Amino acid sequence: MSSQRKGRVALTAFALAAMLALPAVAQAQISRAELMAVSCFACHGTDGYSTGDMPAIDGMPADEIVKAMKGYREGLKAATVMDRHAKGYSDEEIAQLANYLSKLGKKR
Amino acid sequence: MLPMLGCATPGASAGAPHVIVIGGGFGGATCAKYLRRFDPGLRVTLVEADRQYATCPGSNWVLGGLRDMPAITQGYDALRSKHGVDVVHDTVTAVDPAARTVRLAGGQTLNYDKLVMSPGIDFRWGAIEGYDENASRRIPHAWKAGAQTALLRDQLLAMRDGGTFIVSAPGGAFRCPPGPYERVSMVAHYLKTHKPKSKILVLDTKENFSKQGLFQAGWAKRYEGMIEWVAGSKGGRVERVDVAKMAVYTEGGFTEHKGDVINIIPAQMASNLALATGLGNDEGWCPVNQATFESTKHPGVYVIGDSAIAGAMPKSGHAANNQGKMAAVAVVSAIRGYAVPEPSAVNTCYSLVAPDYGISIAAVYRLKDGALAGVQGSGGLTPADASVADLRREANYAAGWYTGITEDTWG
Repeated sequence: MSSQRKGRVALTAFALAAMLALPAVAQAQISRAELMAVSCFACHGTDGYSTGDMPAIDGMPADEIVKAMKGYREGLKAATVMDRHAKGYSDEEIAQLANYLSKLGKKR
Repeated sequence: MLPMLGCATPGASAGAPHVIVIGGGFGGATCAKYLRRFDPGLRVTLVEADRQYATCPGSNWVLGGLRDMPAITQGYDALRSKHGVDVVHDTVTAVDPAARTVRLAGGQTLNYDKLVMSPGIDFRWGAIEGYDENASRRIPHAWKAGAQTALLRDQLLAMRDGGTFIVSAPGGAFRCPPGPYERVSMVAHYLKTHKPKSKILVLDTKENFSKQGLFQAGWAKRYEGMIEWVAGSKGGRVERVDVAKMAVYTEGGFTEHKGDVINIIPAQMASNLALATGLGNDEGWCPVNQATFESTKHPGVYVIGDSAIAGAMPKSGHAANNQGKMAAVAVVSAIRGYAVPEPSAVNTCYSLVAPDYGISIAAVYRLKDGALAGVQGSGGLTPADASVADLRREANYAAGWYTGITEDTWG
């Protein structure tokens, strides 16, 4: 094995080790917005992508989420259960939720 | 390191922190999936005895004839292939929190950095004289879904028109508070459709029950004269069962009720495994830090789902799913040295009164004085004056809920 090849193998192994270790090092702190958002996924599907009779919320723009949640909360928008849920969130929490969810994008 | 390249599972490297999750129900499966989503650098092993998991939610729909068993049966393929969870089908025989090991019936001993236990419930056999595991083969509990559900369904199919179906509902803390009454509704739907001369006798240990007003209004509308509910103090408390006579006894044994089909839902406690591990309190449930679900008895062990004491959160599949996520956040935060975000969780429980008649209870939870409590002014029940259209919508959402939560948990 030439010294050049040996060097490449070493580099590859190093890069691989770095890659595998990367998530451990770069793992970002989990935000409260994310913790709140994942609680929604129980009904609306993971990342808001619902395939059943629950409305999908993936790809919904932030302003629409805010408008819907406040509408449910204030009783301005018809609901069966979302009115009862929306009353559990402050304006700030709704804004955080909407911001996080809207950034996940449309799944399919 | 290099052999990792050819490894088909997108799992983490061998030196990665190892989290073991015990129990592949709503709590455990969700926790395993979200641990890997939150932190792909973790190695996650899910230990679950069964290859297929029949869900308790939906099992009453099977009794009503609305679904078959395959429609409420989940598997573990997606956890393996999509989320890189190492799923081991084996039974845990012992946990050693000091040594951080989990021993399996198959002989293996696994080491962990953090352990999450989502082991469900066990029954307090003997709380009703004559009712034990052996008796449940003739008089099912059907409170762990699967073979017991199928057995009760078969018994209802074989019952004569004009027969009596007896349900004994438990007191204390138990899995799925509205469950016994959805069961009564679904069996009533089946009997009304196929055996309309039959009766249902509900012998309750309690004085009142979850969604009581909504259920009883629904029963009056849909199953008039078929269902009799008896409160504990009015002779509802079943004290003894005679399997051979197909009879239950209340009021000091002085009152005998004979049933053509009998369903005893026994009193419950945290799983035997959790209690044997020393995670339980004097009442037989597992106290946890309700912000993280870490056991107050054994640090490094997290208890979620029905075994855990979770403040105002009920023992439901939905609560377990949300607790699985909260514990996953807490475990990742502990391993990576981050602060745990302020807790937030929800519960939504749908019950079918009839196939086109759904009701629900919901709540949003925050930590208050160390306990998870519903946010004031939020949550609650389907309004008593809900329109027929809304009740129909809620029935559709009940099915939608099942699709959503099972995909979020096992998909």
